Amino acid sequence: MSRKLLLDKANVQGIRTYDVYRREGGYASVEKALKMTPDQVTEEVKKSGLRGRGGAGFPTGLKWSFLAKPEGVPRHLVCNADESEPGTFKDRYLMEFLPHLLIEGLIVSSYALGSKVTYIYIRGEYAWIPEILETAIAEARANGWLGKNILGTGFDCEIYVHTGAGAYICGEETALLESLEGKRGNPRIKPPFPAVKGVWDRPTVVNNVETLAAIVPIMNIGGEEYVKIGVGKSTGTKLISACGNINKPGVYEIDMTISVEEFIYSDEYCGGIPNGKRLKACIPGGSSVPILPANLLLKTVKGEKRLMNYESLSDGGFAKGSMLGSGGFIVLDEDQCVVRNTLTLARFYRHESCGQCSPCREGTGWMEKILRNIDTGKGKKSDIDLLWDIQRKIEGNTICPLGDAAAWPIAAAIRHFRDEFEWHVDNPQECLVRNYGLAHYADPLEVVAPA
Amino acid sequence: MADEKKLFKVTIDNITIEVEPGTSILNAARKIGGDVAPPAMCYYTTLKGSGGKCRTCLVEVAAGSTADPRPMPKLVASCRTNVMDGMVVKNITSDKVIDARNGVVEFLLINHPLDCPICDQAGECSLQDLGYEHGKEGTRYEFARRTFEKHDMGPYIQLHMTRCIMCFRCVYAADQLTEKRQHGILDRGDHAEIATYIQKSLDHDFIGNIIDVCPVGALTDKTFRFKNRVWFLKPVDAHRNCSHAKCSGKVTLWYRGEEVFRVTARKDQWGEVKDFICNECRFEKKATADWEIEGPTLVSRHSVISQGHYVGVERPQEVLYDVLDGRKPQLLMDIHSVSEVDRPEIDLSKINGPAHSTDFEPHEARGLNPTSQAGNPWNTGKLEKQ
Repeated sequence: MSRKLLLDKANVQGIRTYDVYRREGGYASVEKALKMTPDQVTEEVKKSGLRGRGGAGFPTGLKWSFLAKPEGVPRHLVCNADESEPGTFKDRYLMEFLPHLLIEGLIVSSYALGSKVTYIYIRGEYAWIPEILETAIAEARANGWLGKNILGTGFDCEIYVHTGAGAYICGEETALLESLEGKRGNPRIKPPFPAVKGVWDRPTVVNNVETLAAIVPIMNIGGEEYVKIGVGKSTGTKLISACGNINKPGVYEIDMTISVEEFIYSDEYCGGIPNGKRLKACIPGGSSVPILPANLLLKTVKGEKRLMNYESLSDGGFAKGSMLGSGGFIVLDEDQCVVRNTLTLARFYRHESCGQCSPCREGTGWMEKILRNIDTGKGKKSDIDLLWDIQRKIEGNTICPLGDAAAWPIAAAIRHFRDEFEWHVDNPQECLVRNYGLAHYADPLEVVAPA
Repeated sequence: MADEKKLFKVTIDNITIEVEPGTSILNAARKIGGDVAPPAMCYYTTLKGSGGKCRTCLVEVAAGSTADPRPMPKLVASCRTNVMDGMVVKNITSDKVIDARNGVVEFLLINHPLDCPICDQAGECSLQDLGYEHGKEGTRYEFARRTFEKHDMGPYIQLHMTRCIMCFRCVYAADQLTEKRQHGILDRGDHAEIATYIQKSLDHDFIGNIIDVCPVGALTDKTFRFKNRVWFLKPVDAHRNCSHAKCSGKVTLWYRGEEVFRVTARKDQWGEVKDFICNECRFEKKATADWEIEGPTLVSRHSVISQGHYVGVERPQEVLYDVLDGRKPQLLMDIHSVSEVDRPEIDLSKINGPAHSTDFEPHEARGLNPTSQAGNPWNTGKLEKQ
């Protein structure tokens, strides 16, 4: 049983309300932080080694220290709650069941960054959550944690919830800021970075919900204690939203020292694959990270056990590894079709491309059409090479990472499962009625041993 | 000398140039000119915020600056990246750039209708130029091209959404040149389109400029629609005292014979307009009497517009004999004496199907090369001798 920092109180009755949350020790981190200087708080976060939980894994303390602090210009903290990556639903769980944890983290972070007006940008599809957050904000304000002169320290802070209109692209930080300003959610061209010119041209920090929530335990236990949980540069705990062909889908808090195998098969976490099926592949970090076949998922190329953390999952680069990403853990068993799965992802990215820059706008649609042909048995062998060429020309040539995110899953699927694509082309009738199965990259574990 | 600005040295494709700080890589490359200047479909110097979208101007930065000589990890949009002192940029000398640019051109063309033969923009279209330079002969795209519902934009401006490449220039132009923008981008992704939200004509008196800023034939002049091909017209610079406060009154008149077919703002060598004009100048003043003529517009001799645009110009009267001061033209070589295919006895109209070189093979009758016919498998005896 690994240590829980974020979800330890999640099962307390009524934790969503202020009274219970406060009784359970909530808002202690605010009391502690407001006695320190903002720079000391930032220093504490730097010490903790906390990395952004939104997907890129950039060190949070470093990001905070990049924030420009010109005189007389207000600064803002924006919480990125536009969690729209297929397979990722950890922020939803946090906001829905522990809204005060996020508010608490936001107050501490706003203090560290000097943000007097802080925003939560929440995706439009989470239609019922803004109400929960606004109730929590009202409760916090009523008890003196928000508003003017918090705890008599002279620090003013207000938090506003802004609802998006349902666009994946608004999870990209500059598109989020555009949308927050009331404009069309198109990513901006960087530089300038938000830390210099963000929302309304003011210095802005955009952080994920989980990152900001993690500030609370960091303040409570101290940065040095936080580093001890986890391994290497993957410090602290991480929420993983597991879904797909597993017995127990849900949000799990892990301390990044457990192996992928343990995570999938142990009863504490996913509880194995239902119906005695075997593992075929897994997308370990949300839909945009490369898919990994079972043999590469459980062991790295060096033959070591692959662990659930930033370094281990990306071991081997994109050729033999993947990414922890946002923690959307999607498991595919032997009955799943990789071509169909890739088509689903391609369709998503085509639908969510903002249309601003040409490679992504035109390329995502083209890839989807080719994949649909292959999936329905109308493909040609040359289509596979064409797909590879298209994704290669999208990757790295777009304004924002959505182009890369659309290209990577397709590249990885072709790289690891090319024979399945070829089988679809060679057997246009058969591919409509049955799946390819495991094939030679099959699960290398003969006996599924519970960890 | 303290107030003298320090110039930045930047090397683009091995050519070093000094430019002011704050210049973009694209503009530095344009100062060098020629092939070094990356193509730009969405960047427009006079429109603030434009650029960075089409990705045709991607370049490789091999060294960031003297202070930090690390290369940039990705290709960067040269129109939106400013030069640093000591920066080394690779444009046409980088295979990566050429490869990426070919990819972008392919992406831009897969959903383009390629209806150049009926498009009014043909001949002055940036996408056409780009396609000629970087495009392939064939397409790898095997699907139906994207179409849109038609929008009526009023009496002056014709919108062909299928030709649009989403450069956003017209949106920036309407934002910055008119008080109230009435059109914009609707939807997202590959079904994003330029439109007025509720069908409504664009009626601002400066809106005609979006025709000039459009790099393709998506926005064309309705008063000129299907009237003529631009390369048959003769561009002439002219001006008038326009009463409109913002209008420069400097235009190009496009003549064929005596008739002014259309009026546009003046474009520079990069196809950009510096002085915008009002709708009255553009759409209403189509008589020579309205204008003071300055003279023919300078057109690059590589442009198709320079081809035959001086229709009706008096041709030189003198013949070769006069030019050579009375000397007789001398025959340098008699082609008839050296050519083997000169066969006046063959009636070309008698050859069945397209003529092949073997149709003109010497034959025994002439006794020149008796072996060639026997050993030639291509000689099918199509040739009928008279």
